[in-house]
Amino acid sequence: MKVKYFDNAATTALDKDILDKMMPYFSEEYYNPSSIYTKSINVHKVVDESRLRIASCINANQNEIYFTSGGTESDNLALKGYALANRKKGNHIITSCIEHPAVINSCKALEKEGFEITYLSVDENGFIKLDELEKAIKDETILISIMTANNEIGTIEPIKEIGRIAHEHGIAFHTDAVQAIGAIKIDVEDMNIDMLSMSGHKFYGPKGIGAIYIRKGIKVNRINDGGHQENDKRSGTENVPGIVGIGYAILKACNNLEENSKRISELRDYYISEIEKRIPEVKLNGDRVNRLPGNANFSFKYIEGESIMLLLDSKGICVSTGSACSSKTLEPSYVLLSIGLPHEIAHGSIRVTIGKHNTKEEVDYLIDSVVEVVDKLRKMSPLYEEGK
Amino acid sequence: MYSEKVMDHFEHPRNVGEIEDASGVGTVGNPVCGDVMKMYLKIDENEVITDVKFKTFGCASAIATSSMATEMIKGKTVDEALELTNKAVAEALDGLPPVKMHCSVLAEEAVKAAIEDYRNKKLKEN
Repeated sequence: MKVKYFDNAATTALDKDILDKMMPYFSEEYYNPSSIYTKSINVHKVVDESRLRIASCINANQNEIYFTSGGTESDNLALKGYALANRKKGNHIITSCIEHPAVINSCKALEKEGFEITYLSVDENGFIKLDELEKAIKDETILISIMTANNEIGTIEPIKEIGRIAHEHGIAFHTDAVQAIGAIKIDVEDMNIDMLSMSGHKFYGPKGIGAIYIRKGIKVNRINDGGHQENDKRSGTENVPGIVGIGYAILKACNNLEENSKRISELRDYYISEIEKRIPEVKLNGDRVNRLPGNANFSFKYIEGESIMLLLDSKGICVSTGSACSSKTLEPSYVLLSIGLPHEIAHGSIRVTIGKHNTKEEVDYLIDSVVEVVDKLRKMSPLYEEGK
Repeated sequence: MYSEKVMDHFEHPRNVGEIEDASGVGTVGNPVCGDVMKMYLKIDENEVITDVKFKTFGCASAIATSSMATEMIKGKTVDEALELTNKAVAEALDGLPPVKMHCSVLAEEAVKAAIEDYRNKKLKEN
């Protein structure tokens, strides 16, 4: 059975043509870019070319791009590296309660170091409130970190406005754009972004490679001690094949952004409308308009998400759930609770994330399967009869 | 993550449904926590459980443990059914992940709650 993969927010398949670009740098052009013989200088150039590809996609300069191991490391570097380098200016950071754990847990670590963190709440669609952001700003505020788009519910935050407010108050602005890069247009100048995190495997590039944009003039301390790679921002020998891969992958994603996003969002809208038409008592989580092209997150009342997910899995369909039962803590998704879902509704949520390889036929199969599985589980649920 | 037996009972649960004139009905769990089990028992004059049905809101292991528990008590006497332990249910399913053991506890409690309901009804009748 061919797998129908609808979990493209978790990871994507590395494109074969990107893999081909990476291959020579494993065992042929394996040289360390930090050495100064000709072979290494050539590899060093390749690394810088990749930097340029990334920079060109987000309207940055080549020397403002630093390679990391992925989104998590980029977020850690942005939060901890900036906080520690700018401690003299203040100890207050503003973020939101629906950030990725890489941001939230970096903030928790900074709290232990004496920083004060404000976690902004979000409205029922997952938007932070700009007036609350303004109110949270104080003299000690040095950094605002708000994700470009949420990984679970797909809501796209008003990044440009957040950046404008940050800059009006002389505060640096970081955004975790891991889910957004390649899906929506990002321009760090236009959107007032000072630091931005990305991860290669979210846009058909390789895993284990990420990047961070750090605007010229923004001071960030490195968080791993070691050599002087990446202009002293990130120690460790460069992952050259990964760097080559992420550069070509982002360029490809940006070149095809409009075409892919249009097709993917049409499939998503089709899925959303069919589910709402064919299944009673469902709730679409996240904003209807300002949402990532591929994301559709539904709560199916009276049933539980892990069950839905596993029955879909038995039909060869990969999706994800915000149910407690799929987590080690037995707590449902904090993002779904943050948008005000009661626990029992949050338990029944299924996230579908459509990617560029999904077809209309696959989406039709997904819709039919979801209808069937939800019906089967509801017939089994003691809550459904009571809710009728 | 789950044993083949858990997946079998989850994908093909036995004894799903309701019994209209049940001798005892027990509901345990809480939707807020993510699992609710409702167990229906039909008990004859010799205190033998002649039919069992269940309805469960919950994850795969909640559904599988409900299903297995119904199979284990069907045909047993009420006293025998009361001896059913959560461990026995979990073992019959070739084990559950540690984080899911509470589901088997729920299955045991659902059986006990249904029997208690049956006994309360009988007390009122007499």
